[in-house]
Amino acid sequence: MHSDRARLGLKIAAGFGLAFMHLPILLIFVYAFTTEDKSYQWPPPGFTLKWFAVTWGRTDVWEALSLSLKVASISTVIALILGTLCAAAVSRTKFFGREVISLLVILPIALPGIITGISLRSAFNLADIPFSFWTIVLGHATFCVVVVYNNAVARFRRVSGSLVEASMDLGANSFQTFRYVILPNISTALLAGGMLAFALSFDEVIVTTFTAGQQQTLPIWMLEELVRPRERPVTNVVAMVVVLVTFLPILAAYYLTRGTDTVAGQGK
Amino acid sequence: MTSAIRFSGVSRHYGDVKAVDRVDIDIAEGEFFAMLGPSGSGKTTCLRLIAGFERPTAGDIEIFGQVVQGTPPYKRNVNTVFQDYALFPHLNVRDNVAYGLMIAGQMKATRQKAADEALEMVALGGYGDRKPSALSGGQRQRVALARALVNKPKALLLDEPLGALDLKLREQMQEELKVLQRNLGITFVFVTHDQSEALSMADRVAVFNDGKIIQVGTPEAIYYRPEQPFVADFVGSSNVLPPEFVAKLTGTKAHGAVRPEAVSLAAQGHAAQVKTVSFLGTATRVSLDVAGTPMTMLLPKGAVIPKSGETVHVDWAADDLHVMGA
Amino acid sequence: MSDQAFIDRNIGLLGRISDALWRKPSMLIFLLILPPALWLGIIYLGSLFALLAQSFFSIDEFTGQIQYEWTLKTYGELFRPSNFDIIVRTVVMAAAVTIGAAIIGFPVAYYAARYARGKWKAIFYLGIMMPLWSSYLVKVYSWKLILAKEGILNWLFETLHLSWLLNAYLSIPIIGGNSLSVSVTGTFLVFLYVWLPFMILPIQASLERVPISMLEASGDLGARPSQTVRHVLLPLALPGVIAGSIFTFSLTLGDYIIPQIVGSSRRFIGQAVYAFQGTAGNIPLAAAFAVVPILLMAVYLWIAKRKGAFDAL
Repeated sequence: MHSDRARLGLKIAAGFGLAFMHLPILLIFVYAFTTEDKSYQWPPPGFTLKWFAVTWGRTDVWEALSLSLKVASISTVIALILGTLCAAAVSRTKFFGREVISLLVILPIALPGIITGISLRSAFNLADIPFSFWTIVLGHATFCVVVVYNNAVARFRRVSGSLVEASMDLGANSFQTFRYVILPNISTALLAGGMLAFALSFDEVIVTTFTAGQQQTLPIWMLEELVRPRERPVTNVVAMVVVLVTFLPILAAYYLTRGTDTVAGQGK
Repeated sequence: MTSAIRFSGVSRHYGDVKAVDRVDIDIAEGEFFAMLGPSGSGKTTCLRLIAGFERPTAGDIEIFGQVVQGTPPYKRNVNTVFQDYALFPHLNVRDNVAYGLMIAGQMKATRQKAADEALEMVALGGYGDRKPSALSGGQRQRVALARALVNKPKALLLDEPLGALDLKLREQMQEELKVLQRNLGITFVFVTHDQSEALSMADRVAVFNDGKIIQVGTPEAIYYRPEQPFVADFVGSSNVLPPEFVAKLTGTKAHGAVRPEAVSLAAQGHAAQVKTVSFLGTATRVSLDVAGTPMTMLLPKGAVIPKSGETVHVDWAADDLHVMGA
Repeated sequence: MSDQAFIDRNIGLLGRISDALWRKPSMLIFLLILPPALWLGIIYLGSLFALLAQSFFSIDEFTGQIQYEWTLKTYGELFRPSNFDIIVRTVVMAAAVTIGAAIIGFPVAYYAARYARGKWKAIFYLGIMMPLWSSYLVKVYSWKLILAKEGILNWLFETLHLSWLLNAYLSIPIIGGNSLSVSVTGTFLVFLYVWLPFMILPIQASLERVPISMLEASGDLGARPSQTVRHVLLPLALPGVIAGSIFTFSLTLGDYIIPQIVGSSRRFIGQAVYAFQGTAGNIPLAAAFAVVPILLMAVYLWIAKRKGAFDAL
């Protein structure tokens, strides 16, 4: 039958698309166990857990990981505050600048990362700001705002209408209304937005190369290894761990926003 | 009678849009007051002005003799039943009802007891632990009512509270609300676009159009003695007769109104052409063309029913013709 | 019953602030918007404009110093053949990646939106979400593994005795090269892989908004399934495709890491910007190069807005 054939073709095409998206990542998992350490030989001549121990002992990896975690945490907190404020303002009224504000929030992620990066770097140069932990955070928080904003704004719209009025009608002032009505209703969206912002910051490399100076976040460390490979098996192990670590917040964000109108991860 | 709510020349303009324009209202304490009008006529804005969600651009609003300029909603001793009920989705039914008492600082046990009693009053005892999403529309409406009344407000504001219910439930709730209002003795201000709802429930009705009040009066006055063609037309589709027509009958050149049920077939009278005939169950509605003026008549069960296209004669008693402005 | 018309609760400072905000609602909006507007306005827009301003300066060819005089000379340099080639190459690549992503992504989005139900819906959703959010560098790295000479792809061709086919392909000028990992084809594959999820999500969102009754109506009016897809589904999915293409296009235009790791020595805009601002120290030319993707995206977004693509974002 015609439509059944169409469905079979579609199924194959969709399956091919999904496989194309997932097989390369799975390949990393195999390479993390290979005994070959000079080349990317396939199939791997043997399997070993040795490289996990080697990676565990590498201080440069630990330092890069710790810097990445710190940057991602602080950036996420800043993005949560700014994104929530922005979403609250935009959802509250039809004030004239709301389109401008939405555009302003989305711009850092809509324009290529290299432009954000090079802009910040030349601004730091002009203002004589030395590279530091905070120059990295400045860049990361800027493009993380949009993720929090996108998650919060839809939820805010749902709350901001008659629910806020009902709360005020029942005697609650603005702060009590925020505490007892708005916050409980937006908290999961904020949590999801925060996790996605964390994942985004943890993974960012393009802007970071311009704002980090000599410091190494984990992605910068990986980029170095990609351009000038030193110890390939260690890179394999780190890559696998990074995949596993980023999956957790994504899964959590998905379960937090499931069944709501907010789709986690929109507008990455 | 003390006045519960008084508007003096109140306006609410949004730029060029005059949502409410120089409105005067005086609602007595303990009154069941309905604001009736088509959508966009300003009735809901008036209610929101009383609650404090909107602020007037001109004029004064008094609640129980006190000017409410600069008083935010949370300090006004009035409560609102919202059109969409606005139940808090993250709280269960009991906590929804107890919300106002929680804000007022009552102890948990006290407020939960009061909430359960309020739920009992609206026949929802035992529903306290459910989430609002697990309730039907009619049940949510009762929760909203209990949530407002548990605070013992001086006046209750209802914004089209029955709009989302089906016909049977609506009629039942109309009666219940009326009984409730009489028992509690507090002022109800009720916004609706349904004329039969306003007429059957209210002590007095204010008819709104284009941000202005066209007429205020008892349901009988509104129904039988409309002061403007809009009122006659909107409240129960009266036949509006043009001034020339009325001048020929009474000598007064003004719009006239005749209720459809007052019109009957007659041996002599006004020649009329029958356009359509619709059977309504208890009566039959006949649309007519009387010398260029469209009219309808309601014929009771058992009456002779004309056929469409037929030419008939119709008439009405002289005192069934209400001359507007007279 | 409380006899007071007003309830005056003394709730201190917060209560008074709340009263004031109620009296002046615009003040609340202003206070809410102030911190993000300041942050984004000063840090982001400020830097962006500072960069763009530098594109109107030029560099002295003899001293290598930046001359702070307004000029369009630097923009003129973009049209030198060696620089203009970079722009053309990047735009062609971005277009190719966009088209490729639309072709591979559409069936996935369509299946996820139309047929996947219950458990499968969640699997499809996560199946698109996971690659989207996986580490960018890890994704690039995985292709380095795949395309390597001793890697899985060559092994596959050898095992199937198809090496001659691969070699024939690699001998084609421009798209070929010594091996896949140093060819433009390799760059294209990695771009396609990394940006594909960005195409699928908006298409899926726009397809999910098409009510099934609309497709049934088309069938009811006598359309064959293929006709329904062509005349009803595709036009309705178009805003989603355009929304997705905004991502794939923009991301490809600005990337400088992928062609650096997998690809030939021919440069793309991102690499040019990186090189000019870095080792060459020619900030004006780097800034002028950075304006190119901004301008291209502005035109693209303007067209997309007119096609209603923003509703599908």
